[in-house]
Amino acid sequence: MVEVHLWSGLKRLTDGEITVAVEAATVGEMLDALTRAHPGLAPVIEVGVSAAIDGEIVNGRHVAIPPGAEVFLLQRLKGG
Amino acid sequence: MAKDEMNPAFKLIGTRVLRPDGLDKVTGRARYGADFAAPGMLFGAAVRSPHAHARIKRIDATRALALDGVKAVVTRADFPTGLTGEDWNLQENCMAGDVALYDGHAVAAVAATSALLAQDAAKLIEVEYEPLPHVTDVDDAIKPDAPAIRPGAADHSVPDGMPPNVVRYFEFGHGDLDAGFAEADIVRAQTYRTEATHQGYIEPQACVGQLGADGKGEMWVTTQGQWYVRWMCAAVLGLETAQLRVTPSEIGGGFGGKTTVFIEPLSLALSRKAGGKPVKLVMSRSDVLRATGPTASASMDVKIGMKADGTMTAGRAEFRMQGGAFPGSPLNEALECAFAAYKLPAVEHIGHEVLANRPKAAAYRAPGAPMAAFAVESLVDEIARELGLDPIAVRLKNAVREGDRSSYGPRYKSIGLVETLEAAKAHANYAAPLGPNQGRGVATGYWFNHNGDTSVSMAIAEDGTAQVSVGTPDIGGSRASLGLMVAETLGIPYEHVRVNVVETGALGINEPSHGSRATFASGKAAVIATEQAIAEMCRRAAAEWGIEPEAVDWVEGAAQPAGPNAGKFPPMKIAEIAGQMSSTGGPIAGHYEGLPEGVGASFGTHVVDVEVDPETGRTTILRYLVVQDAGRAIHPAYVEGQFQGGAAQGIGWALNEAYIYGEDGRLQNAGFLDYRIPVACDLPMIDTVIVEVPNPGHPYGVRGVGETGITPPLPAVANAIAAATGARLRRLPMNPPAVLAAIKAVRGG
Repeated sequence: MVEVHLWSGLKRLTDGEITVAVEAATVGEMLDALTRAHPGLAPVIEVGVSAAIDGEIVNGRHVAIPPGAEVFLLQRLKGG
Repeated sequence: MAKDEMNPAFKLIGTRVLRPDGLDKVTGRARYGADFAAPGMLFGAAVRSPHAHARIKRIDATRALALDGVKAVVTRADFPTGLTGEDWNLQENCMAGDVALYDGHAVAAVAATSALLAQDAAKLIEVEYEPLPHVTDVDDAIKPDAPAIRPGAADHSVPDGMPPNVVRYFEFGHGDLDAGFAEADIVRAQTYRTEATHQGYIEPQACVGQLGADGKGEMWVTTQGQWYVRWMCAAVLGLETAQLRVTPSEIGGGFGGKTTVFIEPLSLALSRKAGGKPVKLVMSRSDVLRATGPTASASMDVKIGMKADGTMTAGRAEFRMQGGAFPGSPLNEALECAFAAYKLPAVEHIGHEVLANRPKAAAYRAPGAPMAAFAVESLVDEIARELGLDPIAVRLKNAVREGDRSSYGPRYKSIGLVETLEAAKAHANYAAPLGPNQGRGVATGYWFNHNGDTSVSMAIAEDGTAQVSVGTPDIGGSRASLGLMVAETLGIPYEHVRVNVVETGALGINEPSHGSRATFASGKAAVIATEQAIAEMCRRAAAEWGIEPEAVDWVEGAAQPAGPNAGKFPPMKIAEIAGQMSSTGGPIAGHYEGLPEGVGASFGTHVVDVEVDPETGRTTILRYLVVQDAGRAIHPAYVEGQFQGGAAQGIGWALNEAYIYGEDGRLQNAGFLDYRIPVACDLPMIDTVIVEVPNPGHPYGVRGVGETGITPPLPAVANAIAAATGARLRRLPMNPPAVLAAIKAVRGG
């Protein structure tokens, strides 16, 4: 299981949860599982999000999530 | 790779080689956006709304089209319908539909045989408006009774019951905030405001677009991202993306402002309507300021708790940002950077994005971070002064280190904040004596840095030189830094590598040069591509020698047997392998397509000394020091230039620059005479210290240096003015009238 830490503004869409546990081995599987668990997150994820896995911000769905990793969902960043 | 495993014995990395674009730029040979021309080319001009908010009742182009030489007029009726989301936002911003949403919003465009004729024709296009109530100020726009700019524009994040112009809401944090503030010896809360500022690039937007009835098109354009121009134009015009080929010009500055489109779809629409003739559009400075994206303006409440020894116990930030009449302000980046430098047991962030009758905001160098730094770093300084603590000591006491939890959640990997603070403290500027009316300010800043979609191709030429094709336009020295990394990896002279920024037909997709990503992402991709080519050259040598490829090493630009057991052969140099490639298997090349992970974040610390004239309120920058963690400075002169450029733009934002709107909602200062960016005589030589805490996620330790440098100047200058005068300014710009008023408020008179 991966414990995904969400930003607290999302708790409206997750029945008050800001940490959601899902079965996932990659970022893509994690995002799909989050959407299945809480369909209200679908538009958030469709707009674009990043994940932080043990402190590293990643954008690829293929990126593996090691067992026991600390995972945060972040809004997709942009720069100038 | 661990930091201590990175090889410091480089031959080229860290040297100050000649700039590959230098000669072209100083001789005028470089071709910028407006320098392109094509046979049969027409010239375009846009008709722009003089109203901040108005219904468009009628557009009549009869008189314009009657002029000899006028070939086409387009309005929104010439664009496809049914777009949604960001595609619709882009289309609506490029060409107004039923309603003009800001002063300068394009409502029509015309193409003619000369630029003057196009401008005359634009004046003959009659537009009947019905003015609507408008709002341009962020704090006014968020009021429940503000004119609703686009009802229904709020996204999924906005809770019920928010005011009508709130379109996005963001909230995050951790820890027990009440307990954190209760633990503090001193708790202070203040409100700060920053005005919208423009990127101020010297080269205005310019393009030549050509689009035929068959849906195939070409564009030559000044941009930070030719693939973004391609997909955005295709979306706005309903084209198949790959049928449009976009070639970037040399670029005269972008700073984030050239990561989107404004006039580019108009030139294509005009071309299509004029029978496929190419159409050139070049914006005036006034149009650039009125209608291209500045950054957002912000209104920010910040609260911080601190113990008497300087330990921060809690922080809270509530920001309101307007990014024009469309979503897209850098709200989340601002909030995530706000307390990024501090190890806080409890922190809360709340953000509201608000629509206003202003142009659609575009990215501007570390989007959002400078505003956030202005609010947080000003209050940290204020509390530190109240407690009689040294500003660098307070920051060192609370500074995040590797493994600490960031204010936005994840734990930091390798970072260099402490190193920048210590280097600033040790610098001579921090001990320089100060005279009357002089003060010193310190601030830190943060930027995430970014990777993004990246495609790179490198190939070996017949003589053993190398070419590298990249998709990230060179806005800060990336051609030199990539050339150095490829040459270092190949073991050949820097002068033997040419880096070309190529058009969209030449590579897979690339994100723009944004997020300080070009040297990190394209650089990492180029090194990987080069390693592929080296592996192939080792295979060619192995085949020639009749040994296994694994038994061949690449050393200083040549293949050689890995050891005595591999066989005894003289090294085979790159030129020899390249010269025979047609007979040994054909072209030798490498390529990379992907998302280069391993981004390394960057912190910086700035120290500024100012003198404030108490009679006029004028602030003079006496000394300015930028200390920033570059990871590894591939080309130190360019890195220093990025540091200095960020500081210069930040000083302008702090002291002078601001969008000024009148009661009528029109921009009052749409020119460089009234919108005053710093010029050389306004600034001292900006001192720099490059800190190198290598990023383990990049083969040469690169973090990215383009953006962090603009984050600390706003609060650093405010803190210095407070030290010099005793007056704390919490609103930008801190121009002479504002400073004088603040001094009078403190001292009386």
